[in-house]
Amino acid sequence: MPVLASVLGVFDITLDKLGDGELWLAQFFRGLSDGATYASVALALVMIYKSTGFINFAQGSLALLGVYLAYVFSVEQGLPVAVAVVCAMAASAAVAMFVERVLIRPFPPNHALPLVIVTLGLLLIIDSAVGIVWGFRTRSLPSMFPSGAPIEWGIAQLTWRTIGNLGTVFAVVGLLYLLLARTKTGLAFRAVSSNLESARLVGIRVGPTLGFGWALAAAIGTLGGALVVPDLLLEPSIMLRVLIFSLAAAALGGLDSLVGAVVGGLAVGLARNLLVTFLDLSELALATAVAVILVVLLVRPTGLFGSARVERV
Amino acid sequence: MNAVDESARRESTAVGTAYLEVRGLKAAYGDINVLHGIDFSVAEGQIAVILGANGAGKTTTLRALCAMVSTEGSIKLDGEELAGHSTADIVRRGVAHVPQGRGTFPELSVEENLLAGAFVRADNEVRADIERWYETFGVLGERRTQAAGSLSGGEQQMLAIARALMLRPSLLLLDEPSLGLAPMITRTLFEQLSAVNAAAGTTMLVVEQNAILALGAADVAYVLEAGAVALSGPASALADDDGVRRAYLGY
Repeated sequence: MPVLASVLGVFDITLDKLGDGELWLAQFFRGLSDGATYASVALALVMIYKSTGFINFAQGSLALLGVYLAYVFSVEQGLPVAVAVVCAMAASAAVAMFVERVLIRPFPPNHALPLVIVTLGLLLIIDSAVGIVWGFRTRSLPSMFPSGAPIEWGIAQLTWRTIGNLGTVFAVVGLLYLLLARTKTGLAFRAVSSNLESARLVGIRVGPTLGFGWALAAAIGTLGGALVVPDLLLEPSIMLRVLIFSLAAAALGGLDSLVGAVVGGLAVGLARNLLVTFLDLSELALATAVAVILVVLLVRPTGLFGSARVERV
Repeated sequence: MNAVDESARRESTAVGTAYLEVRGLKAAYGDINVLHGIDFSVAEGQIAVILGANGAGKTTTLRALCAMVSTEGSIKLDGEELAGHSTADIVRRGVAHVPQGRGTFPELSVEENLLAGAFVRADNEVRADIERWYETFGVLGERRTQAAGSLSGGEQQMLAIARALMLRPSLLLLDEPSLGLAPMITRTLFEQLSAVNAAAGTTMLVVEQNAILALGAADVAYVLEAGAVALSGPASALADDDGVRRAYLGY
């Protein structure tokens, strides 16, 4: 029974590791750090979903472009990394506004399917274009945060990078909340997402409002990319993996909830790091994300914090 | 408002100082023409009602006035051409529209709905206006932090109207305000609309199935049939017209 033996073998390893408190803690910290990066890209997905009701599959690609620009600004032009990232956020916001104006706005905003196809096409185009311009060899983008760890227990380290990632994502969600709840632009944005026709009828210019949403989402996505890439290596397919984890995070959180995106991101980050370690599933890391999406869709399609849309007909 | 003012106001209509002047208005959804060149006008401060069977083009007429459907023809508001402008620009000229049955933002709170209604206003009396409509529509004041989608049908209709009034419109378009409301609530609603009309001089154009109530509140009436104006005149005269009575009043 070789199958049974190998299954038991897996559990052997698992049981060995389960008693290792330091490993738990190490993977917990790593999960938080990864989770924060998924959360920030998930926030970008949620911003678009809230306003338009569809998932922008090109979100990761816009972030990819942004991260390459951050690479150019910092490594090639010598700007400090944080400044380079801010410039890249602004640049990717401009690109997203252009894309929204040229490729998205001509389609009726209440039919999701054509728009989803457009964003899938954009994903392929941008990823390939990045490959053509910058090539496929891997590069490394330095982190915005200092290296080292202020808190250590054996192999478990709470690094500055983990703290920085978490701090960034909480700052982003806080600012987004203030923008949406307290400003006139935020009110326009929420009005458009709530009732397109009534939004027009109170004088809101729907197109520019959605364009603003795209710009903001692209900037946030680029920031998320700049958090995640220093842990990995920069190459043209890097954001596709991140997008899948972020999609799982957004689905778990409920697609239209900012808080949900953060909770979902952290949960997916933790699930990924803990499952991979203790079940020895490193080959299946990406599958955990897909499994999360599957379970959410089966058990609770509105996610943890999402609102079920009720329509009077 | 006393009787003298009232008759003076109605007389000014007769002289023909049209505030809203519509000429040769056509509207189509894709290839399907719904309005075949209609003419009508509403004087400043008047309430006009549009009657007609289902599919006659009543809702389309209102949608055409604020560019929510593709149109041809001329729409003049206070002498200025509206045709060809975007909905957002027409709203900025003071045209508020309460669409049929779904004029609110369900996910936003009652108060945010009213703030959204004042989106194009830059003055500092928005707060005062909100309090004013809370007083007029008492139930809205009690529910100011509740999501609009959680209100009852009647409350949502009041909110949609209050939302439209937050624009301080010079022309208010109402699409079947009584739809789905209890008779008592409908009557109260029309009394409130008449009061707003009397106090602020807001010109109103109402599409309404409840012809008795609508003709009672209105100054002039138009009957649409198959995308054309079949009949028009003072509301009181149409209420006495045999054809109108048989078709819309049921006696």
